[in-house]
Amino acid sequence: METSIYSVIAFYLLAITIVGNAALVVFAKNIVHSVLFLAVTFISMAGLFLLLDADFIAAIQVLVYAGAVCIMVVFGIMLIQAPDMKGTNLFNTQLFAGGGVVALVFAMCAILAGRTAWTDLVATQAVPENTIQVIGTLLMSKYVIPFEVVAILLLVALVGAIVIARDDAGTVAVDEGVKANAHD
Amino acid sequence: MLTISLTHYVILSALLFSIGLFGVITKRNAVAVLICIEIMLNAVNINLVAFSKYITPIDFTGQIFSLFVITVAAAEVGIGLAIIIAIYRNKLSVNLDDFDLLKW
Amino acid sequence: MYVEFALQHAWLVPLLPALAFVAIVFLTRPWKMLSAILAVGSMALSCVIATLAAYGIFTNPEYAEKPLVYATRWFSLGMPGMPALQIDVGVQLDPVSAMMMVMVSFISTFIFLYSIGYMDGEDGFSVFFSYLSLFGASMLLLVISSNLLQMFVAWELVGLCSYLLIGFYTHKISAREAAKKAFVTCRVADFGLLLGILSLQIVFGTLNLTELSERIAHFEEFTTFGILTMIAVLVFIGPIGKSGQFPLHVWLPDAMEGPTPVSALIHAATMVVAGVYLVGRTMFLFHEVESAMQLVAVTGAFTALFAATCALTQREIKKILAYSTVSQLGYMMLALGVGSLTASMFHMWTHAFFKALMFLGAGSVLVALHHKADVWEMGGLVKKMPITAWTFVIGGLAIAGIPPFAGFWSKDEILAATFAEGHYVLFAMAAFTAFLTAFYMWRMIFLAFFGKENPDNHPKESPWTMTVPLLVLAIGAIGAGWLGTPWGNVWAEWIYFGHPHHADPNFIVMGLSVVLAVAGIGLAYSMYLKDTEKVKAKAMAEQYSTAYRVLVNKYYIDELYLWFNHALVDGAAKIFYLFDIYIVDGIVNGIGAFAKVSGEGMRVFQTGRLQNYVLIFFIGVLVVAVLMAFVGPSNAVPVIGGVK
Repeated sequence: METSIYSVIAFYLLAITIVGNAALVVFAKNIVHSVLFLAVTFISMAGLFLLLDADFIAAIQVLVYAGAVCIMVVFGIMLIQAPDMKGTNLFNTQLFAGGGVVALVFAMCAILAGRTAWTDLVATQAVPENTIQVIGTLLMSKYVIPFEVVAILLLVALVGAIVIARDDAGTVAVDEGVKANAHD
Repeated sequence: MLTISLTHYVILSALLFSIGLFGVITKRNAVAVLICIEIMLNAVNINLVAFSKYITPIDFTGQIFSLFVITVAAAEVGIGLAIIIAIYRNKLSVNLDDFDLLKW
Repeated sequence: MYVEFALQHAWLVPLLPALAFVAIVFLTRPWKMLSAILAVGSMALSCVIATLAAYGIFTNPEYAEKPLVYATRWFSLGMPGMPALQIDVGVQLDPVSAMMMVMVSFISTFIFLYSIGYMDGEDGFSVFFSYLSLFGASMLLLVISSNLLQMFVAWELVGLCSYLLIGFYTHKISAREAAKKAFVTCRVADFGLLLGILSLQIVFGTLNLTELSERIAHFEEFTTFGILTMIAVLVFIGPIGKSGQFPLHVWLPDAMEGPTPVSALIHAATMVVAGVYLVGRTMFLFHEVESAMQLVAVTGAFTALFAATCALTQREIKKILAYSTVSQLGYMMLALGVGSLTASMFHMWTHAFFKALMFLGAGSVLVALHHKADVWEMGGLVKKMPITAWTFVIGGLAIAGIPPFAGFWSKDEILAATFAEGHYVLFAMAAFTAFLTAFYMWRMIFLAFFGKENPDNHPKESPWTMTVPLLVLAIGAIGAGWLGTPWGNVWAEWIYFGHPHHADPNFIVMGLSVVLAVAGIGLAYSMYLKDTEKVKAKAMAEQYSTAYRVLVNKYYIDELYLWFNHALVDGAAKIFYLFDIYIVDGIVNGIGAFAKVSGEGMRVFQTGRLQNYVLIFFIGVLVVAVLMAFVGPSNAVPVIGGVK
């Protein structure tokens, strides 16, 4: 459908960025670096969403993922990791087994995607210009119940996260020295 | 032909999903696993938005769904990090290899 | 009027002792004398009612043809499509049961009375009388039963009482063992009886005696001759146990461990004749099956001879009497087997008197000698205990068959019937048994009551509660047989099977039996009284030492059973034990072991590591997806491409 050469170039650039950074997230040995590459992945994915005429989703992607999630993960790392971040993000013993299975999963997905006659499904209409208005209307009318449920879910997650992460008086007080030596 | 079809997005999504899955299976650090789960969720989002554009451009179903996915993912990260912190407090470790408590 | 009342209320006869039992157990146990009086009184009252009822029966000859029966439905079970099982409970009065009722209640009354003296000062005095009352009730219930199932219940009840009373001296191991032996041996036999009763119900659809006799008279409509034979043999197994017939006689001599009144009442006069009585009651069944009759006759004759030889060498006074009881029961069976209900019941009647008398006499001796039972250590008791000794002598004359004492008439009746029916071998056995009986009985009498006194003994005559029953029973032992003399045989007119028939008095047989009895007594006299040093007896024991040992050891029957028990039962148990351990437990343990082993194997997969699970999970996803995409029935792409 998309015939513009720019959009094709944009897609491939974004795709390479996304996949490359995602691979770096996995292969980086320092967990903080991983999070940085993750942020890049998220941001470039927002670009991909723009390419897909989903400007509101793109904005949300930047706000929620690149902003909130990444920052939260960095805070989490800060709370639990030792000062030295080297070698904090290593592979475990099932590297090759995992790699094989994942390769097979990808191969199967690719084969199935290739075999599927997508062209029969593709609609002829274009996406409306103003997506925010449409999404807003849908969320407040057709999808109001899921919307409210998700709101409650967020509230529960908020309270739950606090309750779980809070250092109760009853839990074993961790000795500072032990904590300092607990390298991963 | 230099056109971008739905297949491209699906393949991209599959690739991203595979990378995320690979991380989930092979990383030691619990935080890294959490990050990789986010990558997998994003891969799904690509699919959803792409389908929304190419198959149901008027209905916005895929976009709305991806919104919900993002919301739930945010909540999941919050809870996941809280659990990791709690575990770390007890075990002084975030290495998943140390957590074989469900064994036997 | 009283007779009419007694006839219509004959159920009171077993009920009164049963009430006495309940009253003693729950109310009067702490007051010994009251308990005893209650037991004796209720039994005496029963005896009065029984006698009145019997008078009514005997004065109306039609009851012999058509018994007086009144019954009520006990229970009935019915399932759709099946004939209903209806069990009645009731009273059947005819000359046989009336005679038996009188005999049981009469003898019981005097033995109860005797027990007051005998059990004086023993522990559990009241309990003893409650057991006795229960026994009396059960036995009388058995006697008047109109229904075989009712009879079987009473049959088991008397077995229970027998068990309780044999083992009454619970502190004696031998008593406990004897009680167990009696119970188990009888159980073996009762199983056959129960099978027989069930078969009768299945085949003939009723257990009421009168209906059964009508239906069995033309049994061809119901079943085949083979089945009927089987039923008859099964029914006969019960009496073999209860009446101590060979080969299940082993419990009866051991049962003498119980108190002597119990031996007299249960193991001589009443309970053990229940088997004979049962065969007599079901005579209509045996009458149809010639082979079963022969079985009864041969069993009886053999038992009589066998037990008599066992009695020859016994030393304990009660053991001798016990074997003599077995022997006399054999006589009764023999009489039934040759078809003479008259002779059998007559001998049962007279035997109850003289055997109860002798047992009570033995009990009197035992009390006087502080339970020293060996006849060789007695001697000369006649001087110190004249009543006991002379009543005992009367009993001895009766059992030996000296006219005019009771035993002579009844034994002669049996011999004559056997002879008249043409069973000459059985007749010879019975006649020889008569000789042996006279010999061993008088051996015992001469050794115990006459001859030299043993200076270690200081006997004295028993109190009146013991001697009065002795005297009463002695009168019975003399006169009970006069009902059936060849001159005016009223007995044969009362009690018969089918139609009154009475073998003409055979004076040759009569003379022979008298000669044999006198010869037996004479031999005993020459060996044990005249020969004061017992030289001949010792010489004989040495000369025929093998035979002597066999007899002393009672043909090693007990040892044989023990060996059988040991080899077969224990062996089988061992096999079953191994089966249980290795097969049954093996299966159970095998299932457990399988679960354990498979668990051990499977737990390798449960590493506890989450990422491992994810890996395996996605392998599964791969397999499922591949199966669905490429192996499905439709060759179209089903997973994703299916969305059309």
